Amino acid sequence: MELVNRTGLPSQRWLNFRKWFRNFRFKTLITIVIIPGAILFIAPFLWMISTSLKDPKMVYIFPPQIIPNPAVWSNYIRAMTRMPFQDYALNTIQITVLCLIGHLLTASMTAYGFARLRFPGRDFLFILLISSIMLPTQVTLIPTFIIFRYLGWVDTFKPLIVPDWLGGVPFTVFLLRQFMTSIPIELDEAAKIEGANFFDIYWRIILPLIKPALGAVTIFVFLWNWNDFYYAVIYINSQNKWTLQLALNALHRSSAAPDKSFMEMEILMAASIVIMLPCLIIFFFAQRLFIQGIVITGVKG
Amino acid sequence: MKKTSGWNRLSLTRKEAIFGYIFILPWLIGFLALRLGPMIASFFLSFTEYAIISSPHFIGLANFVKMFTDDPSFLDSLRVTLTYAIFAIPIGMAISLAIAMLLNQKVPGVTVWRTIYYLPSVVSGVAVSTLWVWLFHSQFGLINLALGGIGIQGPAWLRDPDWALIALIIMSFWSIGGGMVINLAGLQGIPTELYEAASIDGANAWQRFWRITIPMLSPVLFFNLIMGVIETFQYFTNAYVMTNGGPGRSTLFYNLYLFQNAFRYYKMGYASALAWVMFLIILVLTLTIFKSSPYWVYYEGLRKR
Repeated sequence: MELVNRTGLPSQRWLNFRKWFRNFRFKTLITIVIIPGAILFIAPFLWMISTSLKDPKMVYIFPPQIIPNPAVWSNYIRAMTRMPFQDYALNTIQITVLCLIGHLLTASMTAYGFARLRFPGRDFLFILLISSIMLPTQVTLIPTFIIFRYLGWVDTFKPLIVPDWLGGVPFTVFLLRQFMTSIPIELDEAAKIEGANFFDIYWRIILPLIKPALGAVTIFVFLWNWNDFYYAVIYINSQNKWTLQLALNALHRSSAAPDKSFMEMEILMAASIVIMLPCLIIFFFAQRLFIQGIVITGVKG
Repeated sequence: MKKTSGWNRLSLTRKEAIFGYIFILPWLIGFLALRLGPMIASFFLSFTEYAIISSPHFIGLANFVKMFTDDPSFLDSLRVTLTYAIFAIPIGMAISLAIAMLLNQKVPGVTVWRTIYYLPSVVSGVAVSTLWVWLFHSQFGLINLALGGIGIQGPAWLRDPDWALIALIIMSFWSIGGGMVINLAGLQGIPTELYEAASIDGANAWQRFWRITIPMLSPVLFFNLIMGVIETFQYFTNAYVMTNGGPGRSTLFYNLYLFQNAFRYYKMGYASALAWVMFLIILVLTLTIFKSSPYWVYYEGLRKR
């Protein structure tokens, strides 16, 4: 390669090569750092899958068997029949779906009221809403428990569902309101001239326009309820009302019962994977919405 | 005239106001019945002794006095929670920023790498707790097997009072994906011209990082810091499932101790007092971070005075 041209300066081809090489070297370096980290992050999942497919005799051996041979798929059947998991799944689905409907409906209604309608005291009430974002739930937990207990709701699904029908959480209201305020108010005015009332505007104009935000809220609310252990352990006692999280906790305890060093890890990991799976599936199908939701909460929140 | 004419005679402003209240009604009921009311109630309960079966009786500041003078468990829970916060939050933020910066480069397969790093934060709850119980198993857990592979005898982790909290801190780094994504979005919002201009002025990579990346990203870091503090005080599931506060009280997180007081010992008054102290600590920490923010958080369009 001609490195220097007639003027004595480096040739264009050499400069291009040098630029390409530097870029290549930089990216290779970055990739070399990224890959071990990625292995570290994915390893727990692989270890989990590996354990869930092991013959019980192969779980506690040294050196470990990385790829289970034979792969014991029946561990999953054993895990799911150890307890009536289908009942617990139904309980969890019932709670999650009811929470989702209530949360989406009432949080978006509240957001619409605050974003698009004028009424006395609106700004003051909105400040109250915003400040309650910072309020840790523990501050209201005990009187709320006493109220629910007085109403006879302890050991029912109501304490888990009803709060979602009363405006959801302030954070999602705030998120939806932010989206709604970015829609031009002229749309509402035009609809009013056409004879639409406020319910029509809310239902036919605003809600369709904030679908991405509703999607993000759906994912959050689903994950919160699916993975909730805190409120479930506080409010649910009877075994037939357990959620999946409570059942998995019980499975963990019982499998550890006789001798702590020999838990039935293959069963526990199989059950854990099944319970995690809906979250992972939703993530893979709605990845963009997912990421978008996180970003909105972090950057604009 | 029919009755409906009363509604028709209302001015548009009135109608709008009435509809406004109708739309926020579910929230307003929730706010009064599940937030404001209970908040006031728990404030009063915090000055009482209340075992739920009998009615509460007033004991003045005794709950608060007991907390700081006669309750080693409380002081331990405070120490555990603050230790976790001091290590897990800043290190976690640094790791998530480092990964975000790596994944902000256009390397081959970057979307796959991003997905892998993000994946752990998609899952949570008891399944994650049980997974880490197994990973931290002293003999056959993946972590000690890997350490053994490089000739290190790993500790008993969750069963060793000196290591249990460290184990939970290490575990927290696995789910930094949320912070990473927020950082990534923040990084992508920094105009490239800033870096170009700095390079022309002769700034090296280190200077560009401290003089451009960190200031431009500071609002995001600020947000992550505050959320981290709040989440640490609400830390529950892992502590409950994995260690139940043990061994000893080495992982007795604040929120777990509050839960035990309320729903194991039925000390509702004392638990309310604990909740209020938690609220005050969060408030003080958040306000401190807020007050310090003019010195390190840079908002575009706002100049420091």
